[in-house]
Amino acid sequence: MTDAAELRSRTQELLAAHPPAGTGRLEFLRARFDAGLAWVHFPAGLGGLDAPRSLQAVVDAELQAAGAPDNDPRRIGIGLGMAAPTILKYGTEEQKRRFLRPLWTGEEVWCQLFSEPGAGSDLAALGTRAVREDGAPSGPGEAGSGGSWVVNGQKVWTSSAHVARWAILIARTDPDLPKHRGITYFLCDMTDPGVEVRPLRQITGEAEFNEVFLTDVRIPDSRRLGEVGDGWRVAQTTLNNERVAIGGMRLPREGGMIGPLSKTWRERPELRTHDLHQRLLKLWVEAEVTRLTGERLRQQLAVGQPGPEGAGMKLAFARLNQEISGLEVELRGEEGLLYDDWTMRRPELVDFTGRDAGYRYLRSKGNSIEGGTSEVLLNIVAERVLGLPAEPRTDKDVAWKDLAR
Amino acid sequence: MSTQPDLLYSEEEEALRAAVRDLLTDHCEAAGVIARTESDAPHDLALWKSLTEGMGLAGLLVPEALGGQGATHREAAVVLEELGRAVAPVPYLSSAVVATEALLDGGDEELLGRLASGRTVGVLAVGLHTPPGPARRTARLENGALHGGLTGVADATAADVLLVPADDGGLYAVAAEAATVTPQVSLDLTRPVATVTLDGAPGRRVGDAEPAVRRALRAGAGLLASEQLGVADWALTETVRYLKERKQFNRPVGGFQALKHRLAQLWLEVVGLRAAARAAADALATGADTDVMVTVAQAHAGPVAVRATEEAVQLHGGIGMTWEHPAHLHLKRAKADSIAYGTAGAHREALAALVDLRAP
Repeated sequence: MTDAAELRSRTQELLAAHPPAGTGRLEFLRARFDAGLAWVHFPAGLGGLDAPRSLQAVVDAELQAAGAPDNDPRRIGIGLGMAAPTILKYGTEEQKRRFLRPLWTGEEVWCQLFSEPGAGSDLAALGTRAVREDGAPSGPGEAGSGGSWVVNGQKVWTSSAHVARWAILIARTDPDLPKHRGITYFLCDMTDPGVEVRPLRQITGEAEFNEVFLTDVRIPDSRRLGEVGDGWRVAQTTLNNERVAIGGMRLPREGGMIGPLSKTWRERPELRTHDLHQRLLKLWVEAEVTRLTGERLRQQLAVGQPGPEGAGMKLAFARLNQEISGLEVELRGEEGLLYDDWTMRRPELVDFTGRDAGYRYLRSKGNSIEGGTSEVLLNIVAERVLGLPAEPRTDKDVAWKDLAR
Repeated sequence: MSTQPDLLYSEEEEALRAAVRDLLTDHCEAAGVIARTESDAPHDLALWKSLTEGMGLAGLLVPEALGGQGATHREAAVVLEELGRAVAPVPYLSSAVVATEALLDGGDEELLGRLASGRTVGVLAVGLHTPPGPARRTARLENGALHGGLTGVADATAADVLLVPADDGGLYAVAAEAATVTPQVSLDLTRPVATVTLDGAPGRRVGDAEPAVRRALRAGAGLLASEQLGVADWALTETVRYLKERKQFNRPVGGFQALKHRLAQLWLEVVGLRAAARAAADALATGADTDVMVTVAQAHAGPVAVRATEEAVQLHGGIGMTWEHPAHLHLKRAKADSIAYGTAGAHREALAALVDLRAP
């Protein structure tokens, strides 16, 4: 078992062989990956050392102290948080070797082609079609034998599509099966001439998301992830990791949106009223309790007792962000009537606490929609954590092509 | 904040929980608790004896050298979670936490040892509603004897010794039989309050009132959050269990989305309460960041426990409204607890000063 001392010494070896001061950023990141210090819980040879995940902090602290460059994780969050764990779990050796290194170094940005205009909360209803050309396997369990798939359809809410080199994609490969069973998971080349990315302007004024139109996009069968027809199961790995990524950031006290609100309160006594004070204190307490809940979840994970609290973190985080940013707009009074800038832009990364209170207020509206709506997450908590019965359903055993739409 | 509080339960703490829960399952079932509330012995002193003489739980906060177990607030918190779950009518929080903390500040080791053994029940003669801070109402000391009347003193009818803050700044131990203790008709049937009248009662000075009361009420407030967690967790667990069984419209009632969402929201609040209660217990044990953690826990716990028990009554439907069903015991405890050691609002006000979010 790799321990903290060994990781420290391996990190020092890396720093000695590639001093950050005299090494290009990308060169250093590649060397770090090859030394197994990228994500230590990944397998050896794929950027890791099969070490406990909790020991990553040891490596990060050493590298930070030495002034080493990082891989700018906020720019490649979808790759790191969603594509990578899915490729690791379901990818072939060849896929893992081809994709994980440039994903981690940030040379290749990833996006996620899942949601569709007609498939939001009911993602499994998706209608983007992938049709086999000669040579690809015709059914579950058959090995790939070359050939390719031709994909047609429309995806939506795709962050980073305009800068992405690759996409994780789910598409329908068998419309005659019930909806959860006829889906296959692919790794899609965003430079294919059939991929068209159009910005989707949102209520903040900017276009952080995109619509992606897929017209006769060709995907070689070697870029299928998992078995034909097993895409729904593969996608669960992606979605579970997405929820952890959105709700699971470690924060110090006042580290989230409560920080800017508290700062404004302290610096601007002329804005204070008794009503706002009561609401501020309530939200401050809730923010601190939510922070402690997240901390407790991480402590459980670190000792290998994953708790069900994870499902709830995103729910709490979404509601808090919305209430806190809403209160801050109100606190600002006349300034709350203003907005910093409505100019249409296409940001490369999203910072929920960035820009002014008005932006935070509007952007946080998405927190209860993206990555599973709060309503769907409450169903998940009720059914998977509390064990309450599922709603009666009429769509599970019907062929996808026969569903109402 | 570079170091994080330990928010988990250790193996030893889980073993302690299991032992306490076993005892309560056998000796503190709901029907018996309900029947006892209208008897002339509202406190279950046989259960108290099992918890204290049998298991040594009254001495958790007392060093071994003074006859205690030398454990910490973390373990006492686990005991309180289980006592809250069972709404056990024993003076644990009053005697083994609040009165014990008051004596730990002073120097009466003999009395402390007796409280740690559980053979003596001690009660701080301060109204249960009093938030942490100096005692507001104190007895008068005249010619070495104590005079005055106090109301709303929790568990006073079970007390052998009353700890009385007096107007000379001292904390006095008064034998219960030297005072007149009269039960009040209490909202909380399982932690009744009483009036205490002192009419020239002799007292023995055991310490300084100001720091002793401050310390005692802070520990009481912090560990009350764990009791509230136990109450809330019972309400959630029982309601979920019931809604899986109860059928209406040819379906389990728990399958209706309107109810599922309410229960999922409640679960989320209880999960938050668990983190806050553990943080407060750990902060009391380590002394790090204690005021903020206790205040945050108390600003959060009261409303959550009240809501959980209110939801339990509502979602049980008609049966939840009956005297026979134990939901009302938990509702009454949760509501009284929301006032005990200061309301959530009082704690938010305290927090404003602690974290520099000043009023207009």
